[in-house]
Amino acid sequence: LFHIGVDYRNLEEEGPEVDIGSKVKEEKPKKGQARRSKAKEKKKVLREQCEEECRQDEEAPKCSKNHRNEKAKTEERGDFKRKTKDSCDEERNHISSERGGTEERAHAEKNMKAKKTKRKKEKLVFSCLSSSSESEELSADEEESQEEKDVLTQEELEKLKEAVEEKKKLIANLRGKPWPMSKKLVTLRESQEFVEKYEGALGKGKGRKLYAYKVMMMKKWMKFQRDFENFRTACIPWEMKIKEIESHFGSSVASYFIFLRWMYGMNMILFGLTFGLVMVPEALMGRPYGSMPRKTVPRSEQAGAMDFAVLWDFGGYAQYSVLFYGYYNNQRAIGWLKFRMPLSYFLVGVGTVAYSYMVVIRTMARNANRDGGGDDTSFNFSWKMFTSWDYLIGNPETADNKFASITTSFKESIVEEQESHKDENIHLTRFLRVLANFLVLCCLAGSGYLIYFVVRRSQKFALEGLENYGWWERNEVNMVMSLLGMFCPMLFDVISSLENYHPRIALQWQLGRIFALFLGNLYTFIIALMDEINLKRREEEVVKYNMTVWQASLYNGTVDDNSTTSTIPVDPADVPRGPCWETMVGQEFVRLIVSDTMTTYITLLIGDFLRAVFVRFFNYCWCWDLEYGFPSYSEFDVSGNVLGLIFNQGMIWMGAFYAPCLPALNVLRLHVSMYLQCWAVMCCNVPQERVFKASGSNNFYMAMLLVILFLSTLPAIYTIVSIPPSFDCGPFSGKKRMYDVIQETLENDFPLWFGKVFSYASNPGLVLPFILVMILAIYYLQSTSKTYKAANMDLKKKLQTVSLPITI
Amino acid sequence: MGTTASQLPKDLLSEYQELTFLTKQEILLAHKRFTELVAKEDRNDPSPRVPMSKILTLPELKSNPFRKRICHVFSTSESKDGSLTFEDFLDLLSAFSDSATLEIKSHYAFRIFDFDDDGTLDRGDLEKLVNCLTGETDDTRLTPEEMKQLINNILEESDIDKDGTVNLSEFQHVISRSPDFVSSFKIVL
Repeated sequence: LFHIGVDYRNLEEEGPEVDIGSKVKEEKPKKGQARRSKAKEKKKVLREQCEEECRQDEEAPKCSKNHRNEKAKTEERGDFKRKTKDSCDEERNHISSERGGTEERAHAEKNMKAKKTKRKKEKLVFSCLSSSSESEELSADEEESQEEKDVLTQEELEKLKEAVEEKKKLIANLRGKPWPMSKKLVTLRESQEFVEKYEGALGKGKGRKLYAYKVMMMKKWMKFQRDFENFRTACIPWEMKIKEIESHFGSSVASYFIFLRWMYGMNMILFGLTFGLVMVPEALMGRPYGSMPRKTVPRSEQAGAMDFAVLWDFGGYAQYSVLFYGYYNNQRAIGWLKFRMPLSYFLVGVGTVAYSYMVVIRTMARNANRDGGGDDTSFNFSWKMFTSWDYLIGNPETADNKFASITTSFKESIVEEQESHKDENIHLTRFLRVLANFLVLCCLAGSGYLIYFVVRRSQKFALEGLENYGWWERNEVNMVMSLLGMFCPMLFDVISSLENYHPRIALQWQLGRIFALFLGNLYTFIIALMDEINLKRREEEVVKYNMTVWQASLYNGTVDDNSTTSTIPVDPADVPRGPCWETMVGQEFVRLIVSDTMTTYITLLIGDFLRAVFVRFFNYCWCWDLEYGFPSYSEFDVSGNVLGLIFNQGMIWMGAFYAPCLPALNVLRLHVSMYLQCWAVMCCNVPQERVFKASGSNNFYMAMLLVILFLSTLPAIYTIVSIPPSFDCGPFSGKKRMYDVIQETLENDFPLWFGKVFSYASNPGLVLPFILVMILAIYYLQSTSKTYKAANMDLKKKLQTVSLPITI
Repeated sequence: MGTTASQLPKDLLSEYQELTFLTKQEILLAHKRFTELVAKEDRNDPSPRVPMSKILTLPELKSNPFRKRICHVFSTSESKDGSLTFEDFLDLLSAFSDSATLEIKSHYAFRIFDFDDDGTLDRGDLEKLVNCLTGETDDTRLTPEEMKQLINNILEESDIDKDGTVNLSEFQHVISRSPDFVSSFKIVL
C-alpha cells in the first residue's frame, strides 16, 4: 500500500470518466486512480469478511456507471438504502457513519465562503466518489479492472497504517512549514480526509467498534486540549499592559514585568497552600480566640492592643491571630474532620520549599533548552546585523532611539575590532582592578558590621522597653538595611569606573557585587536574630520556673487540699507567658518586608516621579537644559529591580514557616507593585539610551533565584532541626523537636509495617550508598557533557576548514 | 457587525488554529483588525485584499524599518504589490508569534532580508540591510569605509563556503546560535 501512497502524490492524470451526477464536475481528479485503488483495497478487506454472504454482490462490479451514479445520488440525498445482506450491514453501517461524516464535511465545505480552488472541487469529487465506491462495498469498480489485487495481507495492513501515521504527522507539522496559507489548507483537508477514511479500515472484526470509539475519543481529547490551551492563554493577566510597555521600551524592560508576573503566579500557589491548609483550618476548626493562653492578648498588653501603631508593628491583636506561629494549638486532631493540624503545618512548610525548587528548576531547564548552547562570541557582527532590531517596538520615539543605539553599537564594534590588536598597559589596568575589588570588599565588610551593630543596639532598646524611644530607634534595623540597599549600589557603580571593563562585563560585576551585598546583609541579620532567639530561650527557662511558682500560689488560695485537680477558673489573659521565639522571628521578617516595600515605593515616587515633575516644569526657568543635562528623566533600572524582587522572595521563603501570613502579604505586595511600576514606567521613564541585552540574562536571574532559595531555606531548616520549640505556643509545643510530629504520625496513623519500612529506609547503611550512587551519577554526566562539548568544537572547526578547498 | 461576511465560520476557524501558531482569540482579534482595514467597497468580497499602504498604517508595523519587505514576503498577489489577504495576514502573525519555531522564523527572516529576492544575501542586500537599521538621517548613517569594513566582517563570520554570499543554511546556522533572535523577532497584535 505504500506504493499506493506514492502514487497518490505523483499521479498526473488518469482516472476514468467519473460522471457522477450533477454535483460533480467532469474534471479528472488527479488522484482519482490512487483513491480508487485505496478504496478498492478497503473493499477487499470487507470482502474477506463478507465473502460468503456477499458473493452475489460481486456481480455488482459489472454494473454500469449509471447504477453507480444512482447510488451516488441516493447517498447524497442521505438515503442510505443498503443491499440486502445482513451480515454486511454491520460493516456498512460503520462505513456509512464515517461516510456520513465525510458527507457532512463535504457539504460544509460547499457552504463555506472559502476560496474554492480547482483541487477542492476535485476533493469533493473524491469524497462523493469514494463514498459511492464504498457504498458499493464489495463491488469492485469496473474502472479498476486492470489490477485485480490479491487479498489484503497483514503487511499491506501495516503499510496502510504507516501511510495513515505519516499523514497524521504531516497534519501535526503543517503549521511549521513555510508555505502560504492556501497550500496549507488544501494539504490539511486532503490529509484529514485520507486519515478519516482509512482509520476505520484499520480496525477489523470485533475490535472495530472499540477502535472507532478510541479514534473518536482521541479527536475529542485533542479538541479539548486545544480549547484548554486557548482558555489558559486568555487567563494570563496584564497581557495588554505588558504589550504596551514592550512597544514603548523594548523587550528588556518588559522582561522585568514578565518576571514579576511569573513571581506573582508562584506566590499565588504558595498563598493557596498556606491559606487553605494552615490558616483556614485553624480559624474554622480550632479553638477560638480567648479560649487558651496562647490565643489571648496578655493582660499587660491589652490596653494598647488595638492601637494602629501597635498593629502596624504586628503586635497586639495581629500577633495573637492566625497570622503567626504562636496562635496555633498543638492538639493532634481538630474538628469533626479530625484534621491533623501540626502535621499539616509541618508538611505545608516543607511543601512550599519543595514546590519552589521544582518550579525554579523547571523554568531554568526550559530556558536553557530554548537558548541553545552557551554564549558564542564568534558571530558578533552577524548577530548585531540580523537580530538587533526589536520587532515589538511600536513607538516612533523608541524606534529612533533604537536606530541610534544600533548605529553606535556598529561603530563601536568596528573600532573595537581594529583596536583589539593594539597593545595596552596591562599592569596599570590590573592594579586598578585589584584596587577596585579591595574597595568593594571594604564596603561590604563595613555594611555587614553596621547591620550587626544596629541589631545588637535594638536588642538593647528592647530590653529597656521600647516606649522610651522614638520612631527611628524602633525601626532602626529595617531602615538601615533599606538605606544600605539603596546607596551601596551607587557606590559600586562609581568604583567600577576605575576598572575600565566592557559594559556587558561591567554589568555582570555590578550585579554580582549587589548580590553579595544583599546576601551579606541578610545573613548578618539572621545571625543577629539567632542571638535573640538564644536570649528568648533563656528567658523561657526562667518563665517555666516561674510558672510552677505561680501555679502553687493559685492552689494556696483553695482550702481543700485533698482535691487532686483544681479547676480554678483563670482568665487566659492572666496566665504568665513564655516569650514565643518563633512568633518573634516571624514578626521580624514581616516588619522587614513591610519596611522594604515602603522604602521601594517611596524611592520610586521621589526618585522617579518627583524628579520627572521637577525636570518637566522647572525646565522653563532653569539655567541649563534639565532634560538633556543633569538630572534628566530617569531610566528604568532593570537589573536593580530584578535583584530587589529576588531578595524579597528570599525573605518570604525564610520567614514563611514562622509567619504563615507572609505569602498572602507578598501576593498583595506584588499586585500593587505591578500596577504602580507599570504606571511609573509609562509616566516617568524614558527608553534606555544604550540598549544592550545581557544576553542569557534570563537564566542568570533564575540561577540567582535558585541560589537564594537554597540559602534562605538553610536557616529555617537549621532552626527546625536543632532548636526545641517553645513550650506554650505553636503547633509543636510540648515536643522535643519540631520534626517529631512526623514520628508521631507514623506511629499513630499509619499501619505498623509502614513504620518499619520507614525506619529501614532511614538506616544509614542504606542512605550512604544511595548518596554515593548519586555522586557517581553526577560525575558521569559531567564527563559526558565535557566530551560532547569537545566534539562540538571539533565539528565546528571542521566546518570552517573543510570549506576552504572548495573555493576555486 | 452581525452579517456573516464579517464573521469567521467555525470550521475555518478551527482549521486556522490547526495551521498556525495562533490561539483562537488571536485569530479573532486579527480578523477584527483586518476587517477594519478593508475598504468599504470590498467588504462583501469573500477574500478581500488590502493594499500595502493600508497595512503599513498598523501601529505594530509603522515603526518597523523592514515593514515593506515584510508585506512583500507574505503577499500572495500576482502583481507583487505587497497587498495582503486575510490568510496572508494570518501567515504573517503566525510566523511572528510567540510560539513559532526557530526554523520558521529564520526562514522568513532570511526572505525579509533578501531585498532582491534572489535566494541569497549578497553585498547589495547586506548594504541595504545596514542602511535600514541605521535610520534615515545622515548623522546616523555609516560612512562608506565603515560600511565596507562591517560587511567584510559579517561575511567573514557567516559565509562558510566563501562564495561571497550568505545562503539560507548559513543564515540559519548563525541565527540558531543567537539567544536574542527568537525573543526579538516577535509581533503581537
